Amino acid sequence: MFNGSSTLQSLVKLLPFTFVTLLTNPLTRYYINSEDIRCKCICPPYREVEGQIYKQNVSLKDCNCLHVVDPMPVDGRDVEAYCLRCECKYEERSSGTIKFTIIMYLSILGLLLLYMVYLTLLEPILKRRLFGHSQLIQNYDDVGDQQPFANAHNVLSRSHSRPNMLNKVEHAQQRWRRQVQEQRKSVFDRHVVLS
Amino acid sequence: MSTVPLEMSDFWTKSGFRMREHPGYCNGGFDGLHPPSDDDDMVDIAGATLDFSSTDDVPPLSSGVYEEHQSRAGVNGTGPSSLMDPLEDPVPGLGTYEDFNTIDWVREKSKDRDRHREITKNSRRSTAALLHSISDAFSGWLLMLLVGLMAGALAGGIDIAAHWLTDMKEGICLDGFWFSHEHCCWKSSETTFKDRDRCPQWQTWGELITGTSEGAFSYILNYLIYIVWALFFAFLAVTLVRAFAPYACGSGIPEIKTILSGFIIRGYLGKWTLITKTVTLVLAVSSGLSLGKEGPLVHVACCCANILCHLFTKYRKNEAKRREVLSAAAAVGVSVAFGAPIGGVLFSLEEVSYYFPLKTLWRSFFAALVAAFTLRSINPFGNSRLVLFYVEFHAPWHLVELVPFIFLGIFGGLWGALFIKANIAWCRIRKTTRLGRYPIVEVLAVTAVTALVAYPNSYTRMSGAELISELFNDCSLLDSSQLCGYLQPANISETGIGNSLADRPAGPGLFTALWQLALALLFKMLITVVTFGMKVPSGLFIPSMAVGAIAGRLLGVGMEQLAYYNHDGLIFKGWCTPEADCITPGLYAMVGAAACLGGVTRMTVSLVVIMFELTGGLEYIVPLMAAAMTSKWVADAFGREGIYEAHIRLNGYPFLEPKEEFEHSSLAVDVMRPRRSDPPLAVLTQDSMTVGGVEALVESTRYSGFPVVVSQESPRLVGFVLRRDLLISIDNARKRQDGVVGASLVVFSEHPPAQAPDGPPPLRLRGIMDLSPFTVTDHTPMTSPDIFRKLGLRQFCLVSPRVTRRLLGIITKKDILKHMAQIANRDPDSILFN
Repeated sequence: MFNGSSTLQSLVKLLPFTFVTLLTNPLTRYYINSEDIRCKCICPPYREVEGQIYKQNVSLKDCNCLHVVDPMPVDGRDVEAYCLRCECKYEERSSGTIKFTIIMYLSILGLLLLYMVYLTLLEPILKRRLFGHSQLIQNYDDVGDQQPFANAHNVLSRSHSRPNMLNKVEHAQQRWRRQVQEQRKSVFDRHVVLS
Repeated sequence: MSTVPLEMSDFWTKSGFRMREHPGYCNGGFDGLHPPSDDDDMVDIAGATLDFSSTDDVPPLSSGVYEEHQSRAGVNGTGPSSLMDPLEDPVPGLGTYEDFNTIDWVREKSKDRDRHREITKNSRRSTAALLHSISDAFSGWLLMLLVGLMAGALAGGIDIAAHWLTDMKEGICLDGFWFSHEHCCWKSSETTFKDRDRCPQWQTWGELITGTSEGAFSYILNYLIYIVWALFFAFLAVTLVRAFAPYACGSGIPEIKTILSGFIIRGYLGKWTLITKTVTLVLAVSSGLSLGKEGPLVHVACCCANILCHLFTKYRKNEAKRREVLSAAAAVGVSVAFGAPIGGVLFSLEEVSYYFPLKTLWRSFFAALVAAFTLRSINPFGNSRLVLFYVEFHAPWHLVELVPFIFLGIFGGLWGALFIKANIAWCRIRKTTRLGRYPIVEVLAVTAVTALVAYPNSYTRMSGAELISELFNDCSLLDSSQLCGYLQPANISETGIGNSLADRPAGPGLFTALWQLALALLFKMLITVVTFGMKVPSGLFIPSMAVGAIAGRLLGVGMEQLAYYNHDGLIFKGWCTPEADCITPGLYAMVGAAACLGGVTRMTVSLVVIMFELTGGLEYIVPLMAAAMTSKWVADAFGREGIYEAHIRLNGYPFLEPKEEFEHSSLAVDVMRPRRSDPPLAVLTQDSMTVGGVEALVESTRYSGFPVVVSQESPRLVGFVLRRDLLISIDNARKRQDGVVGASLVVFSEHPPAQAPDGPPPLRLRGIMDLSPFTVTDHTPMTSPDIFRKLGLRQFCLVSPRVTRRLLGIITKKDILKHMAQIANRDPDSILFN
């Protein structure tokens, strides 16, 4: 049951995501607030009456011309003929989902931008400043020698001699950056793939 | 050493015992022995170099080793287990592939079969194992469910965000900045029949700054701000792609096709690609560039599937099984892009998949369904539809109208062929000249031109999907758009009930719309050629559909006016009475869109089904089929490749096109390597090479596999070893096994040869050797490359037809591709990877 436990572990990792998906989508539909339903009637021009659009906050069963078109522009005799031309549609949306999505999107975009700015602008400066006194650290730490351009973060974390976890993250980050560099080379410089 | 046992074992493996080919490593117990971190290495590392330091830092657990031994004994019976040495612990990374390599489907399939057999056998022993076997059997469907949920949720998010960001270029909602223009005016009762989308809550930038929506100053301000936003979004998109995931650019379908055919591109379907592609896709679509989100959504769905595959051992460890899931994910992508689950499944079957068994068909169907349901429950457009341009009309069509539909098909085919030629030429310029060195400048320049030209024309200013939805729309009394600017007959209010209208003469509004549309058509045709293939996520479906829809609408309106003014003419007599609604321009737009999309991608069945699912009108199947088929014929006359195949060839991916026929009559001996002038084949011998010799051979060549022969003097084929397996095993042995030095013998035979007692112990590598490489004789006709495709082979060896099985040469997939390129008078060196 060795395989099972690793699957379970990864499932637990995924759980928050599934949970959010399940929570935001179908459930919100049961708690739709009155802001999020409308009945929209489009009435085309009729004799001398101009075309009009009516929107009302009514439930699905009341979504018809007689309930929604409020100041009725024609008098009793013509109401039926007028209403026959109108088209009424019941629509609902979830403004909560919209708000959540947009804010979520903007925050992810913001994080990515910040990280990009950090990687391209701040890190080289930090690195330069740290390399001055990081020589000492690198002397007894030969890992740095393999990667002459190891990032400043790496040096920092080693100097604090944090527990293994941070090193692992650093290692993963290093690997990822090498990988992206490789991709960039093949896509943007050598035009080997994806051109 | 006697050769009889060798022949015996060859005989047995040839007769179907593929499970014996990797006795130590590739049977069931091997799977799942490595912690996930190790797997991440294997999947996500992009560099083609072998990173030993990162693969062996986690030693296998002792319990796993025990299980491994047990299973070995079980499967192999009296196999060579008595000869087992410490090396035969599972070596991390064995049985995986290097970047930019082709997988061996046969090996993967047999690996899965062994694994399955193991689980079934164990399940009779204990309840826990039984539960494990049940969960294993169920995991495929569970994975499909998760893929559907995740891809559907992401597609919903992309729809909402792109809609909002597109409107952001024009103005902002004062009620809440997160509302798009449409949702801003959702509740407003100030909208009028003429100006449907104008409400006080929504303020254009000019209005916000100058306080008035009229006047030249406000217009110019809006114009400028539109361009600035467009440039800003495009800049963000291209820099993010460049910084985080260069693989996220482009449409992704050519690469997905190649990956599904067995190619490995590490990191192409990884987490960073997923995040970057999702985020930048929204930016690219919102920047107003002439591109769509449909193709990239297929890529996004495949990324989801690949990431979720990590949760299930069955799929994590097996490249062939994972490709089945990816096939289904491609279906999911189209399902959410067009709200067409069945069309998605057919798209996967017709256009992208390579290996598509019935089981995958059912799973794709299920996943597409789940995804469509998820998207529907998010309701991104607030109208309970899955796509923006869903249409609903049921006007009948007349048989005579097939003639203009076929004309649209011809137009679509011509446009498709022309587009492919022009786009490939442009991409080749980008690939080879200095243009390719300035991707960011290129994106910004194209965006600037697009925004500058697009803004004044309302049909190019709106997004592609909105344009299509407007063109598909049939003009009823309820519509007040410019496109419906017909002259109203005086007696309209008295005649007819309901909103369908008889044909009417065109009014000034319609004439304005028509010339604007004509300009838009020209502009879209030109700008799409340079847009597709830039370094931002860019899909092709929407732009080509837009081109077709404009052309179709123009033709439709023309037909309508023709019918109106000649209703008693020869053709229209009988079905176009003055009061009848006999021509529906929206239908022409739809047929035109299908024709152009068909011309560019060469889809037929899936295209018609997608369009049918978009409209829900069964009666339009025949016009759509006629147009799609004509367009394919016309386009095929100019070149048999669709845009995706053309891009695959441009990049030189090793992809065997299943649609292509191979008519040349060549023999295997003409295709094989080495040629007469080449140096002899690099081979390993079964028991006379040293570790140092093997390493030198591997270092001096770039082949990804080596045949093993009995000896240099009698080159009889024994087996086949992959380069990566060989390197990993030797490296591992040097680290863990005592006494393995450069002078140690490498032994592939079952029994090591007698040797001096004081020499170093031999290194036994029989376990990593494929004992039954696929062999053919030298006079086998190469009538089709199907032998590679149908059997899923990577390479096969040529032997002399006698009993001696003397090794003559080797043919790889790449050799076949080169050979085909040579026959077609193309440069054989354009095939890049092996």
